[in-house]
Amino acid sequence: MTAWSPPADAAPAVATDEVLAQIALSREEYALACEMLGRAPSDVELGMIGALWSEHCGYKHSRPLFRHFPTDGEQILTRLGEENAGAIDIGGGMVAVMKIESHNHPSAIEPYEGAATGVGGIVRDIFAMGAQPIALLDSLRFGPLDDPRNRRLCVGVVEGIGGYGNCLGIPTVGGELVIGESYSGNPLVNAMCLGIAPSGSLISATAGPPGTLLMIVGADTGRDGLHGATFASVELDESSAERRPAVQVGNPFLEKSLMDACVGLVREHRAWLEGLQDCGAAGITSSTVEMAERAGAGIRIQTQRVPRRESGMSPYEVMLSESQERMIAAVKPQHVDDVRSWFERWELHAEVIGEVTGDGIARVLDGEREVAAVPVLVMTSPPSYTPDAERDTSSAARAAFDPSTLPDLAPSDANDALLRLLASPNIASKRWVYRQYDHMVGTSTVVAPGSDASVLRIRGLQQGLAVCTDGPGRAVEVDPYAGAVRAVSEAARNVACTGARPAAVTDCLNFANPERPAIYHQLQESIKGMADACRAFGTPVVSGNASLYNESEDGPVTPTPVVGMLGIISDVRQAVRMAFQDEGDEVWLLGSGLEQEASSLGGSEYLQLQHGMSAGPIDVDLEAETRLVDALVELAEAGALKSAHDCSDGGLAVALAECAITGGVGLTVDADIVGRLDAALFGEAGARAIVSTPPGADLTRMGVKIGTVGGDRIQLGPIDVPLDEASEAWSQALAKLLAG
Amino acid sequence: MRFAVLVFPGTWSDWDCVHALEGLGQAAERVWHREGSLDGYDGVILPGGFSYGDHLRCGAIARFSPVMSALDRFAATGKPVFGSCNGFQILCEAGLLPGVLLRNASLQFRCQPQLLSVERTDTGFTSACSPGQVLQLPISHGEGQYFAEPSVLDELEEAGRVLFRYHGENPNGSLRDIAGVTNAAGNVLGMMPHPERASDALLGGVDGNTIWRSMIETWS
Repeated sequence: MTAWSPPADAAPAVATDEVLAQIALSREEYALACEMLGRAPSDVELGMIGALWSEHCGYKHSRPLFRHFPTDGEQILTRLGEENAGAIDIGGGMVAVMKIESHNHPSAIEPYEGAATGVGGIVRDIFAMGAQPIALLDSLRFGPLDDPRNRRLCVGVVEGIGGYGNCLGIPTVGGELVIGESYSGNPLVNAMCLGIAPSGSLISATAGPPGTLLMIVGADTGRDGLHGATFASVELDESSAERRPAVQVGNPFLEKSLMDACVGLVREHRAWLEGLQDCGAAGITSSTVEMAERAGAGIRIQTQRVPRRESGMSPYEVMLSESQERMIAAVKPQHVDDVRSWFERWELHAEVIGEVTGDGIARVLDGEREVAAVPVLVMTSPPSYTPDAERDTSSAARAAFDPSTLPDLAPSDANDALLRLLASPNIASKRWVYRQYDHMVGTSTVVAPGSDASVLRIRGLQQGLAVCTDGPGRAVEVDPYAGAVRAVSEAARNVACTGARPAAVTDCLNFANPERPAIYHQLQESIKGMADACRAFGTPVVSGNASLYNESEDGPVTPTPVVGMLGIISDVRQAVRMAFQDEGDEVWLLGSGLEQEASSLGGSEYLQLQHGMSAGPIDVDLEAETRLVDALVELAEAGALKSAHDCSDGGLAVALAECAITGGVGLTVDADIVGRLDAALFGEAGARAIVSTPPGADLTRMGVKIGTVGGDRIQLGPIDVPLDEASEAWSQALAKLLAG
Repeated sequence: MRFAVLVFPGTWSDWDCVHALEGLGQAAERVWHREGSLDGYDGVILPGGFSYGDHLRCGAIARFSPVMSALDRFAATGKPVFGSCNGFQILCEAGLLPGVLLRNASLQFRCQPQLLSVERTDTGFTSACSPGQVLQLPISHGEGQYFAEPSVLDELEEAGRVLFRYHGENPNGSLRDIAGVTNAAGNVLGMMPHPERASDALLGGVDGNTIWRSMIETWS
């Protein structure tokens, strides 16, 4: 094999164990890099290779599994992984662009800035494509809130998301907050962004032909965030706090200006540009190298031209800094001055830092000295791994647990069980969170946070967009395949409850160390489950992110694939909400009868709360799920529904109580409950939804009529609770828990 | 009427205000903060947002923008100037309105629907309201606690310059529940709530339109 010429002015790096550990490159991977280069890399080269070969950038363990995902569809405009986000044709001459991404490790160390910069990063992914961001969602996981450390993380993360997102003028319209033992010390912070653009106006993250100039715009470059991509690719331990310099500090005001300037530039002067890319993990290195890869080109970066906020930075530091709020624009040479003055209007500084070349080599210069000369293809071809996968025996045993061996709930305990479930942080109102987020700016939030999914209008279009996130980790832990099917099914059901037809998925895979067979098994089976479910619903996976190595001294996190679902409503004026509306409306249960098997308690919130168990079978039925989604969309489009809400966490009783509480009106279920009481009330069998209709509607083809809206009590079998009491339990729980 | 909607770096309710006014058949144009003149406009809107990222203090940097001298001259003509949220903060910083907006007493950002009582209906900004009316308008701010010296508050109340008070819950700890005040001449109004977010039935409320309609009735 021929050796690639070394950089003219840099000696090979001394690859001590310490140096390799700092960039999380194994000795074998280092040897592979040497083999591909035909020589030993210089230290700048080694840093660049290490960053791009990190799990965070290189997807070493997850990429081989992505082939399972359905990724194509008539409406899908991008190929998975080829652009910063996925694009979907939503009709009416508009496209939606979306992506979800994790910022777990930074948030564990520095919750405010970690979460804030997570929002900043995902927003840049959207406007890097020239789309206007119109909504944010945040899917959060924390350890139990009786631990002050977890409370501090939760409060800090929520403040960080608000502090950054509110400043941008993008509404934060939804998400999740789930509490679980395993997230203690390793919270999950996943941020999703949705954007829109006129058809044909998106821009690619490509470098363009040789001669194109690369400009950096936005923040000056500092030493913050060095090795952030590496940090995201190792487990957290006692020394992690020392990694605080790897957490970046955000400047949302700068981001807002950058967003307005970039979206405007692409809308009005796309012809000036070849491509646009954000500087995310691994900074200038990954952004420029990935752009060059897409163009099949090389690049030459002059580090001394990069505007800095600190003196004495080495080329290594400049190339790997993860300073926030920076973009790389590939600009046609004759338009450099135009682009510079465009950004000056927003008081932003744009500087030429390099150019596109034809030799396929990424060269880094420090003044006259060439310090790196690596083929782009070497950096973008990290090794990929398919480790052994083996199901964890304890998880298999738990899945085999038969809930019918447990004593049934006594009718006299039913009221208490409902109230306890309503006050569980996983079920209780999340208003404490979302009232700290501006969820209305943009005046397009038709269905605000608190329903199954949030709905946005698009001015000038009849269609609306419904978005939600779902990640039932507990079910995935018990049965990775079925749990992942459930994740997609719940998300599809949630958008369908608003009347939207599920259209596309973005996913964030939060798992522990995949080098362990049990964890890799979780990852592999979850991806297969999501893939099969996405195929059933006709919702291709258009974008996503894998966050592995989520573990702390306390052990691995619950495997948590988070599904971000986009649905399209044909007429946004018909969007349906969760809340019951008027006395006398009739309540229907779609998808099944009242009676449920004990197996439906598998992985349920009830089992966890009442019996302290996370076990039992996770039943899924994709055919029934797609039938329910079709029914919900059909009924909503016919204008037949006054409310709709799916049965998920807490089962039928909690779903009914939530419809009543949010509607401020009670209900009476007059149908008899037969069979096991706990399963009928709190079982979490899928493919079910509660809808209400004006009196006299006939939905018998799709479900059973179970009761009537009205009064000021929740009456269901043995349950008889004043609405006020249920409302108090559900509304106040989270604030009380967080007050400590 | 022809409205100028001022846009500072970091402003984000500009388009929402434009859409609300256009929905009522008015002309509304976004005007960049570097403009030196507001000639030709019949009303000026200072929308919400985080001008200059709230660096230093909310509105403290925006008040030095070139358009602010033009705004001084415009306000002196008696034509209407309306600031909401960050617009209110800027008007206070610029000295066009008395008082300051402090961090919410809860120390948290608050975004929620809010009830407001209309204190009087014989003003240019409230003429379309009915006496005793309670409006529901969204709020969205972290620094909306209205503060002024007691003597200033007395003076404002005596002169009838408090147009809106929070009704029921006071969401930010504002003194005397004050949500919106005018200048002495009555043509400059600042308020924390967002009428432009309650100007479209699809979004669940149109109470904001009573404020826009009042301005249009009075000044067109």
